[in-house]
Order: sequence, then structure tokens, then C-alpha cells
Amino acid sequence: MLRSPRWFPYQLLLPAIVVMLAVVLFPLLYNFYLAFRNMSLYHFTDHRFVGFEQFRTLLTEPALYVLLGKSVAWTVVNVLFHVAVGLFLAVVLAGPVRGRAFYRTLLILPWAMPQYISALTWRGMFNYEYGAVNLILTRLLHLPAVPWLTDPFWAFVAPIIVNIWLGFPFMMVVALGALSAIPHELYEAADLDGANVWHKFRNITWPQILPVLTPAVLLGTIWTFNNMVVIWLVSRGGQPADQTHIMVTYIYKVAFTYYRYSYAAAFSVIVFLILLGFVLLVLRRAAPLEARS
Amino acid sequence: MTAPRRRRLRPLTLMSHALLILFSFATLYPILQIVTVSLRPSDQLYSTSLALVPKGATLRAFYVILFERDFLVWMRNSLLVSFAVTVFGVALASTAGYAFSRYRFPGWTAGLYSFLLTQLFPATMLMLPLYVMMKAVGLLDTFTGLAIAYTATALPFSVWTMRGYYDTIPIELEQAALIDGCGPWSAFTRVTFPLAAPALAITALFSFMNAWSEFLVARVIVNRQALYTLPLGLESLAGQFQTEWANYAAGSLLVCVPVMILFVVLNRWLVSGLALGGVKG
Repeated sequence: MLRSPRWFPYQLLLPAIVVMLAVVLFPLLYNFYLAFRNMSLYHFTDHRFVGFEQFRTLLTEPALYVLLGKSVAWTVVNVLFHVAVGLFLAVVLAGPVRGRAFYRTLLILPWAMPQYISALTWRGMFNYEYGAVNLILTRLLHLPAVPWLTDPFWAFVAPIIVNIWLGFPFMMVVALGALSAIPHELYEAADLDGANVWHKFRNITWPQILPVLTPAVLLGTIWTFNNMVVIWLVSRGGQPADQTHIMVTYIYKVAFTYYRYSYAAAFSVIVFLILLGFVLLVLRRAAPLEARS
Repeated sequence: MTAPRRRRLRPLTLMSHALLILFSFATLYPILQIVTVSLRPSDQLYSTSLALVPKGATLRAFYVILFERDFLVWMRNSLLVSFAVTVFGVALASTAGYAFSRYRFPGWTAGLYSFLLTQLFPATMLMLPLYVMMKAVGLLDTFTGLAIAYTATALPFSVWTMRGYYDTIPIELEQAALIDGCGPWSAFTRVTFPLAAPALAITALFSFMNAWSEFLVARVIVNRQALYTLPLGLESLAGQFQTEWANYAAGSLLVCVPVMILFVVLNRWLVSGLALGGVKG
């Protein structure tokens, strides 16, 4: 640590703190304040305190639980595929393959592409008659065409496919970094002991990359749970008939299309509490794990 | 890797290549699709062809997007907002990150972890109150409003990254400078700040790309078409699937190819910055 006049670190921090207070902390507190009022387009200036009214409405609506289920399904499926595909490709890339740098560059392209362009382009590809996805299904694979954007089930699957596509490179890169840090001697020793590919993965690779993968998965889970832009653009704001929403996209719609500000604010608070609970749970279970290693 | 060993692994190697080619194709296909659509002549917008280069390929859509749509206006707007956010964000993050890296002070833990905690908030939790506040003070439909919103979302990550990088710079350098009679401020500006150039570049790039590619916040804050940023403009084209699809594709290519090249070149540093910031808790 450096020694300096006591005020010096605060002086360095001051600009960032002032900005954070003004554009992050104050809005957050304001969001909590709004959650206990009845602000909407009709009560934009004359809103009043209503206590837990918004929360009561929310918690008694079945919609909340359906949306929670969809958020969980969205997150679990996405993160599962991100990790599985990313880890798999990282292991293959870390093996003795020529042209590794070339493949790696191709495989991270979805991450490099702005998400809104990925989403809009995929949306075009999901077009029933002219989209490439159905053309490939019907012409090359002789399968029936899928009503991607009009059937509630498939309209939810479509953004999941898009999000898996754009999300696996992050996990792949993280896993590659972790793999390259594993000392070679471990594998050489295992070779001497006659271990096969699976044994080596199970007993060397997996335990070695777990400490790096865990924070990445935690971060990825939060990002995915809070990701709005993919669903919003692929399903055009929840079409058909608001049936493809997860919690956060629904809040966005309720706030900025239906102008139910306080209701949306209360809903945000619920989502925040769910995430906070999840993270605390994970950290409590991860802490003893760290202590052991 | 020795020669006999590679021979022994041959079937495995072949399979690896097959898998890598398959996955590379899946990642590349949507991008190629944009190229294909952008080359389509206007009489083939309702095409059911799977050919990668359409019949009668033309660059007409690039001409249309550049000179017959508001593309250049959107680009100017996006550049303006993104530059403002970048300069502002880097200035704030480089100083705050330094304080967190080099000093311990009351509120250190709380301060640092509150930056992390912000990652847990659903975006709407900031967006909605910011929207209501901006509506009240008349910042809606202004670049200032948009820049404020973007700074709020990018700052925590930037501070965290900068601090992680400063932590890797040996503190002895500044201690020597202090002993030689340097003040704490010039120890920072003359010794550490120049050494942190790579992290500054990454933070700048991250802030820039964040603002450059953001859609949902922009959609809420900006209504007037004259203030549209690139994402808003391109989405408005994509909305008209029938008529503007080729123009949308051409515009998207112009927007994302430079960003993608930059990203591919710099992503190693981006990831290591992330890892440094994240692991050293």
C-alpha cells in the first residue's frame, strides 16, 4: 500500500463516486421509492404512497410465476449449452490440432458481433417462408418447416438458439485460458499411469479448470437472466401475444409500452431479490469449496 | 508434440477437425447470411435460394444505405455519444481504479463490492428511474441523457478492470518515486498511468463498444428520428422485412465488420482483464 495524505484516495475517487451516486445509487433508491407508489402514465405527477400494494398484486398474479419459470428455463438451458459447447470446443482446441488460432478466431465471431445485429439477422433467418433456417430444414434435411416466430413454443425456442449461438464463445475463451494454465507434467504422469482420455479429463482437467469456470458461470448466469435484447428483438417485444417473455423483458414492456411505472419498479425489485438470493446461496456453498483447495 | 505420438492420435485428430469445421460453419453461417442478403438485387428480396452469392449480385444496397437512407446521420450520432461515454468513463475509471488498487481506506470493501453489486440489478431497475428522472428534467431525446445512461452501466465494470490491471503493476515503482520526492498525484500520472496503457485501451474500447451497440436504452430515451443511433436506425430498417432487408444487411456489415475485427484482435486482453478483475477479489 502507498502512504499519502489521508484525503488523497478520496480525491481520486470523488469524480467516480459523485457520478455513481447521481446515476446509479440515486436511481436505484428512486426505483425502490417508485415501487411503493402508484405511478403510471395517468398518475405521472400526482402519484401517491400505496405501501405494498404493487407487491401484493404481483405476488397474487399467476403471471409472475409463469414468467419466473420461463426466466429459469431460459437461463438454465442457455448456460448449460454455453458451458457444454464452450468447454467441449475448448478441450478439442487445446488438443493437438493444426490451425488452432484460425478455428479460435472463427469460433469467437458470434461474441464479437453486436448482439442486436445477431438478433435481427437471426430473426430474418427464422422467417417462415424465406428464412434460411426453414429452407435448410425443408430442402436439405427434408424436415417439416417450423413456425418459428408465430407459435408460442417455437417463438421461445428461437431466441434461445440465438442466445446459445452468441454466448458459447465467452465460455470457450474462459475455458481455453484455464486449460492452457494446467501444467503438462500432470498429463505426462497420467500417461505413464496408462490413463485414458476420459480419466484425464475427469481427474486432471475438470478439477483444474473448475475454480476459473465457477465465477464465469456465475457471471454468465446473471447476464443471461438479465439479458433482454435477444428475446426482445427476435420475438419483436414478446410476440406472439406477449407469450415469449422472461421476467426482465416483461418488465421492460410493462414499463415502456404499458407505462405502468410503479408496477414495473416493484417487479424489478422482486427480480433483484431473486438474483441476490441466488448469488448469496452460491457464494455460501462455494466458500467452503475454496477453503478446501 | 513428437511425431509418433501424433500418428497414434490420428483418428482423434481427424474427428477434432470435423467437429471444429462443423461448429465453425455454424458460427459463420449467420454472418455469411448478412453478406448474401446485402448483395441481393431488389428483384430477389423474396428469395428462397440457399446460394451464398445470389444471382445477379450487386452492391446497390450499399449505395442505398449510404446515400438514400439516414445511415450517416445515425453513424454521426452513435460516434458522438460513444466518444463522450468513452472519454468520460476512462477518466473516471482510471482514477477510481487507482485509488482502489493502491490505497486502503475506510469504506474500501463496501465501495469495491458495491461496484460488483450493481451487476446484479436487472437493467430495468436503472432504466426506469433514469427514464422518469430524465423525463422530469427534460433530458429525454438528448445525447446527454443517453450518455449519462451508458456511463452508469459501463462504469462499474471499467473501475473493476482498471483496478485489476493496476494490481499487476509493481508498487515499488511508485514507492521509489515517492522517496525521490514525487507527490502522490505525480506518482500516479507519471509512473503508473502510462504503464496502464493496455488496460486504458481495453476500458476505452469496452465503453465505446457498449455504447456503439446498445439498443434497448436508446429506444427508451430517444424518440426523434434525427437523434437515432445506429442500432435504432438499423432496427427500423429490419422492421420492414420485405422492402429494406438488403439495405439493413448492408448497413449491418458496415457497422459490425470494424467492431468485429477490433474485437478479435483485442479479445485476449479483454478476457485477461476480466479474469484479473474477477479473480483477485
